[in-house]
Amino acid sequence: MRDARLSSEAKATESYAEKPPALAELRAGISAGTTKAADLAAGYYERIGEINPKLNIYLSLTKDRALAQADRMDALAAKGDPLPPLAGIPVGIKDVLVMQGAPATAGSKILQGYRPPYDATVVAKLEAAGAVLLGKLNCDEFAMGSSNENSAYGPVRNPVDTERVPGGSSGGSASAVAANLAVATLGSDTGGSIRQPASFCGVVGVLPTWSRVSRYGLIAFASSLDRVGPFAANVRDAATLLGVIAGYDPKDATSSAAPVPDFAAESDRPVEGLRIGVPAEYFAEGLDAEVRTAIESGIAALQAAGCAVKPVSLPLTRYAVPVYYLIATAEASANLARFDGVRYGYRSPASETLSAMYSHSRDEGFGAEVKRRIMLGTYALSAGYYDAYYGKAQQVRRLLAEEFLRAFADVDAIVTPTAPTPAFKLGEKTGDPLAMYLADIYTVTASLAGICGVTVPCGATQAGLPVGMQVLAAHLNEGTAFRVARAVEAAKI
Amino acid sequence: MPAKVTVEDVERVAELAHLQLTPEETGSMLHDLNAMLDYVAELNELDTAGTVPLAQVTELISAGGGGLRADAALPSLDRAQVLAAAPETNGVFFKVPKVIER
Repeated sequence: MRDARLSSEAKATESYAEKPPALAELRAGISAGTTKAADLAAGYYERIGEINPKLNIYLSLTKDRALAQADRMDALAAKGDPLPPLAGIPVGIKDVLVMQGAPATAGSKILQGYRPPYDATVVAKLEAAGAVLLGKLNCDEFAMGSSNENSAYGPVRNPVDTERVPGGSSGGSASAVAANLAVATLGSDTGGSIRQPASFCGVVGVLPTWSRVSRYGLIAFASSLDRVGPFAANVRDAATLLGVIAGYDPKDATSSAAPVPDFAAESDRPVEGLRIGVPAEYFAEGLDAEVRTAIESGIAALQAAGCAVKPVSLPLTRYAVPVYYLIATAEASANLARFDGVRYGYRSPASETLSAMYSHSRDEGFGAEVKRRIMLGTYALSAGYYDAYYGKAQQVRRLLAEEFLRAFADVDAIVTPTAPTPAFKLGEKTGDPLAMYLADIYTVTASLAGICGVTVPCGATQAGLPVGMQVLAAHLNEGTAFRVARAVEAAKI
Repeated sequence: MPAKVTVEDVERVAELAHLQLTPEETGSMLHDLNAMLDYVAELNELDTAGTVPLAQVTELISAGGGGLRADAALPSLDRAQVLAAAPETNGVFFKVPKVIER
């Protein structure tokens, strides 16, 4: 009896995990002409055709554009011209970033059929660097969610274990790399939407400093928190990707004018002598025992590599989730006002008046979680409640940011678990919004402070589920985060 | 943060947000909003008197926002392409149902 149950469980769970080749290796092949970018892209489309129906990672493919770009790269290589840094590299794009003429859904029914007339700056930068953009990746609706179960187009399954969620909201971006359906991908992170899925799927994910990467062409969720960042199978490749997409953009006045260092070269530097802070608040009640053990092994490896590990105190951490959900929902309620059935997307067919058309289109077009957040945000911003909720949250946000800045006066990086648990099962938390929000407990703090971080695979549970370590660094210090992440990666925990 | 959200509050906020909620949605929203507001009430434990609200983090980053682009006229998006994405147009303007209710 028991055996029969076990074997049926084993059958339900499948794995499609496969590590993509390293960028340098692919590029060398394309440059030498031994690998054709066109063949590489065709191979990825073949694998997508085979595996995507099981995992639901890609929502749409941009085949014509990808193959034309691959041909251009092959022609450059044939002429012996110098190749751009991502020549021929197959990359997937989260479906909250727009590509001219390609469907852009943001995981929502309200944008079904919409094809934007322009490219996001990060999309243009990737193509200028030679990348072959394969298609658009599934995500939680308007990037709101921690499991990818809020997509109007169905959940993504975790390639490591198909009974489990890939994390969210950039679940498609993390899974695509974990299943080798792209060499690298872009996602967006507002409260943990790059780091948590990267951790759940066993890949590298980068939270750049807020303002480091242009948001032009990113469908906005919460503008003071939204960031675009890369996923890759290894730290060095993630650093290379960030180097390509970072930098000032005249089309985003909030983007930083700070020079963009060679992040890949930064990641090569040894970590000896770096001061690593470990905050006790991230190892308290609620942390899975196996995750704790894995992260402690990672910290020991950093110590063995010559880092000075010391405790740091971040006592305001426990207030971060409430602050985050007030600020993010308030900003979302304003940003999502633009979806009104007038200029693009879904319009409810049977409305007599303009205001009825707005309300019906939005109620029929948005999913439950998006409506819940719009409602909370609208409430927190409404007359009589603004100071008590939104104003209070902004005050605590400053205290949280200052707490990080004080900590970074004494340490070069802070390491924590990326998520309190490994990937959970589909359906496990869908009935309880608050339990779902707590999946972001270790990631929302850096979001609020605007600092940067990298999540790097750091061991696994006995069942083989990946664990991620979050390496945080001060504003514009991505290079340090990459160095530390590289040392954890090298330790092969 | 005292509030206990009522059905009337949910209906008022839904109207502000232009959401035509079904009665079922109103019920679940009432429950979820109250649960969320109970949860965020723990922020009241913190004394924030005199703390300046932080709306966004540019001021904390040494080389912050790169600033505005040059004030020069540039071509905007192609009108035909933009209108093609709209549910209803007359080729020049977006069309909407009547604005004034009678």
